[in-house]
Amino acid sequence: MYKKRSFWLTVFSLVLFFLFIQYAQTHFDAYIIRIMNVAAIYVILGVSLNLINGFTGQFSLGHAGFMAIGAYTSALLYMSPELKAMNFFIKPLIWPLNEIQIPFLSALLAGGLLAACAGFLVGAPCMRVKGDYLAIVTYGFSEIIRVLFNNLQSITNGPLGLKGLPTYTNLWWSWGWAVFTVFFIKRLIDSSYGRALKAIRDNEEAAEAMGVNLFYHKTLAFVVGAFFAGIAGGLLGSLVMTIDPNAFNIMLTFQIVLIVLLGGLGSITGTVISGVMIAFLMEWLRIVETPMKIFGITIPGISGMRMLIFSLILMVAVLFFRHGILGDREFSWEALFSAFKKRHSTEGE
Amino acid sequence: MAILKLDGVTKRFGGLIAVNNVSLELEEGELSGLIGPNGAGKTTIFNVITGVYPVDSGKILFMNQDITRKRPHETAALGIARTFQNIKLFGKMSVLDNVRVACHYRLRASVFSAVFSLPNYVKQDEELTRESLRLLEAVGLYKLKNDRASSLPYGHQRKLEIARALATKPKILLLDEPAAGMNPEETSELMKFIRRIRDEFNLTILLIEHDMKVVMGICERITVLDHGCVIARGSPGEIQSNPEVIKAYLGSGAYARS
Repeated sequence: MYKKRSFWLTVFSLVLFFLFIQYAQTHFDAYIIRIMNVAAIYVILGVSLNLINGFTGQFSLGHAGFMAIGAYTSALLYMSPELKAMNFFIKPLIWPLNEIQIPFLSALLAGGLLAACAGFLVGAPCMRVKGDYLAIVTYGFSEIIRVLFNNLQSITNGPLGLKGLPTYTNLWWSWGWAVFTVFFIKRLIDSSYGRALKAIRDNEEAAEAMGVNLFYHKTLAFVVGAFFAGIAGGLLGSLVMTIDPNAFNIMLTFQIVLIVLLGGLGSITGTVISGVMIAFLMEWLRIVETPMKIFGITIPGISGMRMLIFSLILMVAVLFFRHGILGDREFSWEALFSAFKKRHSTEGE
Repeated sequence: MAILKLDGVTKRFGGLIAVNNVSLELEEGELSGLIGPNGAGKTTIFNVITGVYPVDSGKILFMNQDITRKRPHETAALGIARTFQNIKLFGKMSVLDNVRVACHYRLRASVFSAVFSLPNYVKQDEELTRESLRLLEAVGLYKLKNDRASSLPYGHQRKLEIARALATKPKILLLDEPAAGMNPEETSELMKFIRRIRDEFNLTILLIEHDMKVVMGICERITVLDHGCVIARGSPGEIQSNPEVIKAYLGSGAYARS
């Protein structure tokens, strides 16, 4: 009975949420919509990285690389041939990419799938390395992607990047994918496969001795995580309208790791909250970069002050909230109801 | 018939020969012990059997099948389960989930049917949950099924580890120092428990143990290792009076004095 009630409550709140999205898309101003889109992309990135880092315990720094693959693949597929010809003025784009154009959704999926293939290629050799070493290998991978994309002039247009991408990404696209990502990864985590992933995180040796195929499950986490990172890359490309290889550097990965750490390694709810929070904070903290007057002293605007505040947040988080906002707890209707009941009964006494 | 057979197995770590030309046979249904001084290579033998370490030479046969080159998850699926000397539970997971992980290898449903709750996955998942609950009941941890594994008291953690090993539906159970850190009362309960699960699950059990009361009390056959070599095999009575064994444990003068 409880299961049924939770299911309908979830459906009901999703309907409400998408009604809100519809309202926001038509009534909110472009600036807020833009931030909301970024928030959704952060949610996708954070949740997919949490699958690899938080639930499977494989510390990966390769997310920017997967995003780059997704962003470039989808952009090269949904851009019109004329637009591609305009972009590639140094060296023409190779055939058949220069002639094809496919709808946004299939382009996104293609980007996600190619990123998933890369996830497999990274995850497979990573069987041999653990911990810090894995972090270095995955970081190396994302650097290789960046350098490769800088030099593949006739495919990626090199450091010139791709400009004037059509903006397909709206709140429906971004939040639709965010909800699907949360759904997919939450269901994966709660399934028997998810239990195997968490067992690998808690004790790899014991997991293997209990019949868990380490190779299969680790690469599963990488493939699924990379797929959604690729989708997020595609959405981001179409949102910011321009991509170049250097946008997908270690700072981007760092930001996603920050989202995951703040939200709590192993908590999807926490990652969603911190993803949205960071997207909005990043914008609202622009205030500190404008010139201001405090007690009669004029402080000139210093660009980069935001990052200073972020570093402070991270330090406070690491020092005082080592497990992030939620640790590894998750939101559930049952917990909400039991908390509500408890409060109700104490009030009644 | 021997269910497990080690034939001249050798394992080296650099210059150290941890297991030196060991041949060993386990009869089906027998409860046997593996003893020896510290560093004799007992745990290494477990690691070699389960495939954690590849052997340098020799052969391991399980039910007449060569498992010498098999990985740990493959030997587990074939029917060799183990526990660890220092308990290795999945600490952040619930007691029930610890056991369910060990059933996972039998799941035939794909990742997609798991994510989208397709009927074939739901059915298999329910089945392995039922099996796990039955096992928890058998070891007396049913009431604690939703607790975090790391929050259990020590004795319960040992039992959970055994329950988890049983969930892989083993034919052979390898127990690495199951009585370590237990008081005499807990130890005698454990001895009864080991005998009971052997009969209930038709197991062949090989255990490593330093507590001689346990070893002499429940093992039908004992193998003694020293410096990676088998120095004696036989019934508890034979082992207790074997001069080689006393020499290994107490030094060469001990036998003469006793």
